[in-house]
Amino acid sequence: MTEPLSSGVPFRAAPLEPSADRVVELRARLADRAAERGLLDVAYRSLDTELGALLLASTPAGLVSVTFDGAAPDATLERLATSLSPRILEAPDRLDAAARAIDDLIAGRARAFVGPLDLSLARGFGRDVIERLREIPYGETRSYAQVAAAAGSPRAVRAVGTACRRNPLPVAIPCHRVVRSDGALGQYVGGVEAKQRLLRIEGAGVAH
Amino acid sequence: MSRAPFERIVERHGARVWRVCRALLDEADADDAWSETFLAALEAYPTLAHGARIEGWLVTIAHRKAIDVLRRRSRLVVGEVPERIAPDRARDLDLARALAQLPQRQREAVVLHHLGGLPFAEVAAQLQSSTDAVRRASSDGVRRLRVLMGEER
Repeated sequence: MTEPLSSGVPFRAAPLEPSADRVVELRARLADRAAERGLLDVAYRSLDTELGALLLASTPAGLVSVTFDGAAPDATLERLATSLSPRILEAPDRLDAAARAIDDLIAGRARAFVGPLDLSLARGFGRDVIERLREIPYGETRSYAQVAAAAGSPRAVRAVGTACRRNPLPVAIPCHRVVRSDGALGQYVGGVEAKQRLLRIEGAGVAH
Repeated sequence: MSRAPFERIVERHGARVWRVCRALLDEADADDAWSETFLAALEAYPTLAHGARIEGWLVTIAHRKAIDVLRRRSRLVVGEVPERIAPDRARDLDLARALAQLPQRQREAVVLHHLGGLPFAEVAAQLQSSTDAVRRASSDGVRRLRVLMGEER
């Protein structure tokens, strides 16, 4: 279809390919300039942790999303594009502090997430529940029923489970501290093993 | 309606946009035009009409940004050439300089079709012309480029 530009020389398009290094550099610079001009609505990076590869995303307001799919983030990125903004770029530098704070929590070097959080992905009752979760002290657990009561809807135990599963900021907001009334762990968005590990690091006593 | 994360757009079309910029500019300026292209695209992206052809849109912006830079530096690009430069780089400069000397319509057709990879029908739509006219402009442009670059050696 395209007449080859190289036929008969005296020039060809081949030298016009950008090198891989240049592409990396250009993309980093693009993210910086976009942020300077207020065009970067969502920045993201992956983070390798003992819980697996996480995907962290932030808005100018703070860390907005933590998910356990850092190795294959396409579905989450699509969701963020729809629910927040399609102006999304990979910008690891912009998430350095948040990544360190998450890493500190997972490694047991910190007792609470240090840094700004953007809760705009949690709405309605889910948001109420998330706010209550932040009040559960480090190293302690609460039952789904207790959280429901604290959120002012004692009968909404199931909805609390749903809200925990939909917590946009696991690890940073400790939904892992909510367990079943009988002491069993219950589910976790990052898998039961991750929940167990987080609680063990905190020194919380739980039945298995 | 959902829209792909912009990062995917950069991933998919970054190299093509750079080729268009680099065809008209030296490396440093091409980098700038590349950034300006994607910044302009990022700004307009949320309001871009659904169903719009992303690559045609990007190539058009890239061409415009590259021409902006070229206009600012036209004397530099068309004028002096450093005496000792690597052969590859010399050829790139030749191409950029030769392209800059084409009549605008020919240059646009060559850049959009050969470097931007748009089919002639799409080039025609971008330039508000007919497919036959842009095909002719492109082949006239390529012929002229060969003459220009042959003469300069």
